[in-house]
Order: sequence, then C-alpha cells, then structure tokens
Amino acid sequence: MTALWAILLRDMRIAVRIGGGALMGVLFFLAVVTLIPFAIGPDQALLRKIGPAILWLGALLASLLGLDRLFAADHEDGALDLILMGAAPLELTVAAKGLAHWITTGLPLVLAVPVLGLLLDLDALAIGAVALTLLAGTPALTFIGMIGAALAVALRRGGLLLPVLVLPLTVPVLIFGVSAAETAVIGPVTFGTPFLILCALTLMSLVIGPFAAAATLRQGLD
Amino acid sequence: MNLGPHAAFILAAYAAAIVVVAGLVAWVILDFRAQKRVLGDLEAHGVTRRSTALKEPA
Amino acid sequence: MALIDLANPTRFLNFAERVLPWLVAATLFAFAIGLEQALFVAPDDYQQGATVKIMFLHVPCAWLGMFCWGLMTVAALGTLVWRHPLADVAAKAAAPIGAAFTFLCLFTGSMWGRPMWGTYWQWDARLTSVLVLFIMYLGLIALWRSVEDPGRAGRAAAVLTLVGAVNLPIIKFSVDWWNTLHQPASVFRIGGPTIDKSILVPLFAMAIAFTLLFLTLHLAAMRNEILRRRVRSMQMLRVFADEDMRQIESRA
Repeated sequence: MTALWAILLRDMRIAVRIGGGALMGVLFFLAVVTLIPFAIGPDQALLRKIGPAILWLGALLASLLGLDRLFAADHEDGALDLILMGAAPLELTVAAKGLAHWITTGLPLVLAVPVLGLLLDLDALAIGAVALTLLAGTPALTFIGMIGAALAVALRRGGLLLPVLVLPLTVPVLIFGVSAAETAVIGPVTFGTPFLILCALTLMSLVIGPFAAAATLRQGLD
Repeated sequence: MNLGPHAAFILAAYAAAIVVVAGLVAWVILDFRAQKRVLGDLEAHGVTRRSTALKEPA
Repeated sequence: MALIDLANPTRFLNFAERVLPWLVAATLFAFAIGLEQALFVAPDDYQQGATVKIMFLHVPCAWLGMFCWGLMTVAALGTLVWRHPLADVAAKAAAPIGAAFTFLCLFTGSMWGRPMWGTYWQWDARLTSVLVLFIMYLGLIALWRSVEDPGRAGRAAAVLTLVGAVNLPIIKFSVDWWNTLHQPASVFRIGGPTIDKSILVPLFAMAIAFTLLFLTLHLAAMRNEILRRRVRSMQMLRVFADEDMRQIESRA
C-alpha cells in the first residue's frame, strides 16, 4: 500500500513542478470557453442555452490534452520500466497514477466551472449541475484516456493518435454528462437517470482503464 | 457615504482590489525574505559569489 | 550615474534599496489623495449612480494591464536586440503583476456590469479583449515557469511577448469588428456618453496612484528576481565547491 501511496504523491508533486502542467488544463479550458463565443456570437441567450455543452466540451478537450503526461515522461526517463518490474500489481500502480492525474488535472477543471459558467451567463442551478456532472465524469475521462495513453506511450511520433483513439470512447460520458447537466435545468427527464448512468460509466472505467492500460504496457514494453 | 442600491457590488469591487493588492505586496515581501534567508544560509556556509576558486591542481 | 550603470545587478540592487522607501511613500500618499477623491469627492453619475465609483478601480487596472505588456515588450527588445543583462529580470518580474491587474480589471468590470447590464459578464468588445489579454498573460507566466534556465526562459518569453504585442492591436480590432456584427440590443457605453471633469480628476488621481503602485511592486519584484538568480548560481557553485573538496580530500 505504501508503494501505491508513494506513486500517488510522486505523480502529484511532479505535476505541479516545472513542466508538470497541472494547471495548464484549466488555462486551456478557459481558452476554449473564450473561443466559442467568437465563433458563435455573443448572444447571451444562445450561450446560456448551450452553456453546459460548451463547458463539458471544454473540460473534455482539456482532459485529453493532459493525458500524454500520464506515461510519456516516465517512459522517457526509464521510470516506467522500473514501475513495470515493481512488486505492486501493475493495475493498481496505473490506477494510482490515474488518480494522481485526475486530482491534478481533472479536479481543477471542476473547480473552474463556477467562474467559466459566469462567462456564459449560467445561473447557479446550471453551474451546480455542470460542476456535479463534471465531478462524476472527469474521472471517467482520465481512466478511459489512460488506455489511449498506454497505447501511445511507445510511439515516438504519437501526435494526434492519442486523442483520436480516446475520443470515441468518451462519447458515452459526454452524452450522459451533458444530458444530466441540462435535465437539471430544463427537464423533462429527471436528473437522476442520466446522472446515475454517468456514475456507472465512471465506475466501470475505474476498473477497465487500469486493466487495459496495464495489459497494454506489458505488451508494448516487453 | 450613501452608495445607493448597488452598494454590495461597489464594496465587492473595492474589497477585491484590496485583496489583490495585499496579495501582491505579500508576495513581494515574503519572496524577499525567503531569498535573503537562503542567501544568508549560503554565505554562512562559506559559499561566495566570486567563486572561492580552490587553487588546487585539476 | 548614468542609466546604463543600472545594468550591473549589484548597482541595481543598491539603487532599488535606496529608491523603494520613497516609492512606497509616494504610492501611499497618492492613494490617500486618490481614494479621498474617488470615494468622497466624486459625485454620483446621473445614469449609473454610485457604481461609477467602481470605474475608478476598473479603468486604472485596464490601463495598467496594457501598460505592463508594453513594458514587457520593451524589456523583450532589451533581451533579444540589445542583450541588456537586466531586461529579462524586468520582464519576468512584471508578468504576474500585470496579470493580477488585468484580473482585477475583469473582476471590477463584472461587478460594474451586474448592476448595469444585469449579468456578470457581457461579451462586449472591451471586456472580451481584456479577457484575451488575461489568457495571454497566463500563458506567458506558464512559459516562464516551464523552462528551468533563466536565460533560455527569458528568450522564449521575449519572443512570445513580442508576438503578443504585435497581435494585441489585431485582436482588439477583430474583437471590435466581431462585436459590431453582433450588436446587442441595449448598447451600454462604459463610462457614459461623456466624462465630466468632476469624474476625470478622481480618475486621474487613482490612475497615478495605481501606476506608482505598479512601479513599486515591479522594482521590488525585480530585486527579488536578482536575488533568486544569485541563490541559484551560488547553489550551483556550492555543488562544484563540494565536489572540489571531495577530490582534494580524497587525494590528501
């Protein structure tokens, strides 16, 4: 257990240091949310209506952006090989890394929602709904994303491969996340229905992600 | 001083200004003290900036 | 002592040491006058009521946010063109201060907008341009923090600053154009139709006070940055000194 704790703390510490990019996700989130009105126009009524969708898309893209940090740095300096040879089960180690990644990348996105929601003129209920659904959904984005990150880790010119791999897998999370956020405000379905499905997706990803990623890493780096 | 019906917003704006300015001042002062302290430690350990140029054969 | 002498970090530190107390005093004095003018002397606007008092914060902060980027642009030229030793120190020290004032501009603008427009945010040309400027500040600070070596970081940041300086008028122009395309139903001109002299005087007073504040903070931050670099080189020297000692002792 101490090994996992150590990995968790180490990843979190590295994320906040130079080159770690922990808060870059939030900055990207802000940039995306700023860009959309430039494309759509500053019509407040329209922005308010699609606000939850804009926030979810921004958070998803920002999560995606930080995913290659999950394994690439460790792969480059050889730490990944040490992790693979370690005593702790690889699945749990990978899950610990995923948790650290979510805390430093995903959670700040959730915390940024109130401020960004104000830019889109959302009311308190909508902001709360978006924040809650993102809180439930961003772990899924990280843990599904780690599958793509593991696939891409050995590829030097991975480039856009990682996002392309991960995006289709995140579609259900996006659908139910936005759905839940919007039904909280508009209805007609109750908030609980899509929200519970979102939670189920997250719980599934917490299991599938580490197993798939661990299997990939073992295959790819042997 | 009657601030009118929107007094809360005026106060919030001035409060934010105070917080931000105080934050900047605190940053500058605390950073100064931290650097001075580390410099003091280094100098106490005999490290100087003009390299002590230990004139030993390489 | 010519200005060029300040390029020497040690002389600069002495200069800063002597000048800072005066700057602090001047800043406090200017704020005393400015706040008295803004809070007590300035009359309520016939249209906006007492919320015009927010403008005395909002406009100086906007001015400083842009002034700071201008200052960093000059520093960037100093780094890339003239190789001035303290140019990147000036640039690095300025960025967080400029970002803070830009943020304050956005926040006070939001506080002003809520009573006036009914929303905390309006995608109008001016506020949107300042938001883009704020994002650029954050990106610049992220760049400073992502390179360990101060020299390399300085050059990278200088390039980004110059690119930003060229782009900011273009961005402002395009945002203005975008805004005219989507003219909102109720057009609210920040500052009212014309600015009366009774509002202008407090505004200038606060602008002067904020500018002095910026200069004070900037000078102090530059001093800290110089000290930080000293610490860094001394720590590196100490590593070599320790290594030398070990070699000497092993030979003895």
